[in-house]
Amino acid sequence: MNYADIILIAPEISMALLASIIIIVDLFSSNKKLLAPLSLTGLLAPLCFCIMVRDNPSIGFNGTVKVDDFSVFFKYVIILATGLVILSSTTYAKRFDKHQGEYYSLILLSATGMMLLTSAIELITIYIALELTALPTAALAAFIREKKSAESGVKFLILSAVSSAVLLYGMVLIYGFTGTTYLSEIGTVIANHLSTSGQVTDNGILLFSVILITAGFGFKISAVPFQMWAPDVYEGAPTPITGFLSVASKAAGFAIILRILYTVFENETLSSDWASMMAVLSAISMSVGNLIAIKQNNIKRMLAYSTIAQAGYIMVGLAAMAGNTTLNTSGPVGILVYLAGYTFTNLAAFAVITAVSEDSGDDSIDSFAGLIKKSPTLAVIMTVSMISLIGIPPTIGFMAKIYLFGAAVETNLTWLAIVGVVNSVVSAYYYLRVVKTMFIDSPDEKHEIHPNLGVLSASVIAISGTVFFGFFPKPIIELARDAINTLIG
Amino acid sequence: MINEQLVWAIFFIPLASFCLLALLVRPFFNSYSYISGPIAIVSIGISFILSLLTFFEVATNSNHNLVSEPNSWLEIGDFHFTVGILMDPLTAVMLVVVTGVSLMVQIYSMGYMKPSNHGSENAEHHGPEELGKPVYARYFAYMSLFTASMLGLVMAANVVQLFVFWELVGLCSYLLIGFWFHRPAAAAAAKKAFIVTRIGDFGFLIALMYLFFKTHNKGDNYLEISVINANLPGLVDAGLITAGALTLIALGMFVGAIGKSGQFPLHTWLPDAMEGPTPVSALIHAATMVTAGVFLVARFFPIFEHSPDVMLIVTIIGGVTAIFAATMGLVANDIKRVLAYSTVSQLGYMMLALGVGAYGPAIFHLFTHAFFKALLFLGSGSVNHATGTFDMRYMGGLRRKMPITYITFLIGSLSLAGIFPLAGFWSKDEILLNAWDKGDVASIIGFSLALIAVFMTAFYMFRALLLTFEGDFRGGSDKDPEAQAHGPVHLTESPFPMVLPLVILAIPAVIIGFLVNPIKDFGGIPAHWFTHKLEHSLHLPPPPAFDPILAIISSLIALLGILLAWAMYKRNPYLSPATMGRVAGPIYTLFLNKYYVDEVYEKFITGRIYYNGIALISDWIDRNIVDRTVNIIGWLGANFGSLIRELQTGQTQMYATVTSVGIIIIAAVYIFGM
Repeated sequence: MNYADIILIAPEISMALLASIIIIVDLFSSNKKLLAPLSLTGLLAPLCFCIMVRDNPSIGFNGTVKVDDFSVFFKYVIILATGLVILSSTTYAKRFDKHQGEYYSLILLSATGMMLLTSAIELITIYIALELTALPTAALAAFIREKKSAESGVKFLILSAVSSAVLLYGMVLIYGFTGTTYLSEIGTVIANHLSTSGQVTDNGILLFSVILITAGFGFKISAVPFQMWAPDVYEGAPTPITGFLSVASKAAGFAIILRILYTVFENETLSSDWASMMAVLSAISMSVGNLIAIKQNNIKRMLAYSTIAQAGYIMVGLAAMAGNTTLNTSGPVGILVYLAGYTFTNLAAFAVITAVSEDSGDDSIDSFAGLIKKSPTLAVIMTVSMISLIGIPPTIGFMAKIYLFGAAVETNLTWLAIVGVVNSVVSAYYYLRVVKTMFIDSPDEKHEIHPNLGVLSASVIAISGTVFFGFFPKPIIELARDAINTLIG
Repeated sequence: MINEQLVWAIFFIPLASFCLLALLVRPFFNSYSYISGPIAIVSIGISFILSLLTFFEVATNSNHNLVSEPNSWLEIGDFHFTVGILMDPLTAVMLVVVTGVSLMVQIYSMGYMKPSNHGSENAEHHGPEELGKPVYARYFAYMSLFTASMLGLVMAANVVQLFVFWELVGLCSYLLIGFWFHRPAAAAAAKKAFIVTRIGDFGFLIALMYLFFKTHNKGDNYLEISVINANLPGLVDAGLITAGALTLIALGMFVGAIGKSGQFPLHTWLPDAMEGPTPVSALIHAATMVTAGVFLVARFFPIFEHSPDVMLIVTIIGGVTAIFAATMGLVANDIKRVLAYSTVSQLGYMMLALGVGAYGPAIFHLFTHAFFKALLFLGSGSVNHATGTFDMRYMGGLRRKMPITYITFLIGSLSLAGIFPLAGFWSKDEILLNAWDKGDVASIIGFSLALIAVFMTAFYMFRALLLTFEGDFRGGSDKDPEAQAHGPVHLTESPFPMVLPLVILAIPAVIIGFLVNPIKDFGGIPAHWFTHKLEHSLHLPPPPAFDPILAIISSLIALLGILLAWAMYKRNPYLSPATMGRVAGPIYTLFLNKYYVDEVYEKFITGRIYYNGIALISDWIDRNIVDRTVNIIGWLGANFGSLIRELQTGQTQMYATVTSVGIIIIAAVYIFGM
């Protein structure tokens, strides 16, 4: 470990330091109002370090951590998500009274883990980063001291442990097969092996280890059949944390899946062995998520199923990543674009939910009735967000979907694109139901909602991103393309 | 002097004005809405200046590298979608027309739309919204968007961009025609405009899709207009696309143009569109919306030129519309309707010109027409401001009360009638000349129809002029049973913001014709400067030389029309209109009822064929086939969903089990399935 190594993970270090500072300030200062602004300002440090390290892509810590355009792209997304979540927590966190410091610092610590995860290129580092991501989130899910929240936290902890175990089994098998934990070396060994003896599927150990690893990360991205935890945890967790889980944790999960698949396998293997599995899981995730979401009455639960469906859409990009002859980049590029867009869109929705549930005291969709009269701004933001989630222009949701489904068509997965489009239509039913409730249904009681500055600015920033990049998706697409080029480069 | 950023600014400044007014002023600062007029005017003023600079840059610099390559907007695989500016003389001319007329119209609106004129005194006829100022911000926001959309349309470098703005223009016209949406007539007119032009848009859209379908594997990016114009005819010659396909594409585009430009048989929306505020009519008829159709044909002129069948259709439709609309203008009593029919008729001239291959003269006529038609509409608004009505039967004797309006209206009428040496004379003469010179049967038919229309144009314009300004005042809105909604009678000249644009517009209505396109070298201006510049890159055959005999004949015909109008509508007429009406009885009724086209559309096509035919069949199919299928799928989906939901027991063990079973199933599929 030397100075260059430290610089390499400066974003993570500064993030962790920020978390510590928040705890210390919380300890000595009785003015809890300071904490959110302090965290937000502090986020500038990791952001600046990200911009700095992006210019010097390199590998450090004895080949366990790699900083490149790919990891930096995800770090941007994670920092953005963290910022928006903290911003929309400003009044919500007041109910935690003395524990606000822990709340913010746990968010920051979890974000540290996610950021590290996007850079990790060695199995043990990956595992440690993953645990650093998961443990603070479990605590956060249980943060409200009531039954549902506690249940949510415990369930997350247990199921996360199950998925970790599954993942570890996969890693152990890989290690046993290849004798190394470094992704690039694993890739070399597998390539050598395959060149002498056919397909991955012919080798039971290799096959099973990959399936186990996929399952382990499938938990993170809440893909069917590893999605069972999502609805219960989402419903019970504090609303901003639900938003955080649905966006940042998912982004980190996809980052590491892309990293592993591209580093370990070559193109032919990807297309012949894994693409079809991803395609099937993608189709199932979309359909299951959307069909169950239709019946939900709790908005957080509905969005939990929606997030399963969204994971399905994103997995279209995984299925489409391997072309028949050459590597297809538009699938992975689409994944990155989608994740960035989803961060804006979904966090806008969760900011609005935070504001509305603050007012009504529950999370039912009915509490949105007549929102257009109570707070036109929130209602409009929610509408745009729902439109983006369906994938209607002019929003980033539309652009990202075009990209993903286009990639599917290019790689001869037209059927998957059709499934995706049909699912988008189905999803319109429950997304637009929220819009209908806000605009047409009349509220039980008429009073105006005045969202506080934090939630309001979070939702406005998020929705501005949704619309702006819906018109001009180019900056995100360029960043994503650079990222994917360095990944496969 | 001018660069690409500034050209973009021409479009973005009015757009910014719209955003400012619609998103900030209207919702949050509505009590300060009087600032919306100046905001809109200043922004369009800047655009106008930039447009003029662009125009001179393009005109003086024929190797115009003003605009670089289009910017890539979205790339998915090998599908490249770009956004850019297509800058050629046509675009430059359109920029000047759109911004210039829009600027005048908006200055005029400052006076015309003043709340005191259209609100407080006749409050019961207006919605609560119009009592105060709120209407002001909405109006100028729409105007800015309308202008920006039209600018985007003429600047568009590819067909998708073009289509988006094409639709936006349609939307804005809907919003503005229905501006007084609480008046049933206005709401109906807006709806009609939208639906009728929609029929045309559908043809355009099909043409675009067919174009894409035919060319997406032909190498170049056939979404770019310049690529289409440069290469598509070549593809046909090389046999890669059939001539029939090209004809279909051109025909679809022309259907779009028919809808937007109010050509027969989709002209019905245009006269009804008079329900909008008068400045809106001026904008729609002179610069935006209706000129979009002519522009579209001009934009894809190389395609049209390559499909003679479509050119024939364009010629005939143009000629027929020119005379068809003129006949209805002969008998209309509403001054704005007279002007509306004259617009339809003049657009027919432009189409006729395009049909006979006279690209330059068509745009030249569009250019001159924009000025005098805007002038005439604004003049009719000024008259309305004084009398409170648009019905000429209740006007009269305004010449002394409103001298400036009178003189400018006279200039506009003379120019429209095509009297030497006003602007309209030169452009109309060019069109007639080209049609005559082409000499084939269709052109001669078109020429004859247009020549008769010259007579009618002169007649109905002077009929309108005499009815409005001469004789005795006949009571205005106080007498007109239908006019109370328009405001009170106060017979004075209109306020300064309304008079100023009239005076300014009267100048080009006189001089712009021989100034930009003289028949001989004129001072520093070379002969046929305007049309030459336009046709520069098109490789057209040399235009026919000026024919004094033809010019004299058409002028005489126009004078004859004026003479007849004078004989019928002067103080003690030699021929009373009533007698004429009796003599021409059935024809008069036919004209007055607009050839019953509306009735045919509404009663027969919509009522009989659609409601009692197609709609019934569609209804049955929708209920019994579509709905049932959807219901079955929905039922399956819902039950399937419930089935899976059963697994969501809330028990953690269950969840872990599902995960494990999932892994086993995936592994099993791999091991046994492959």
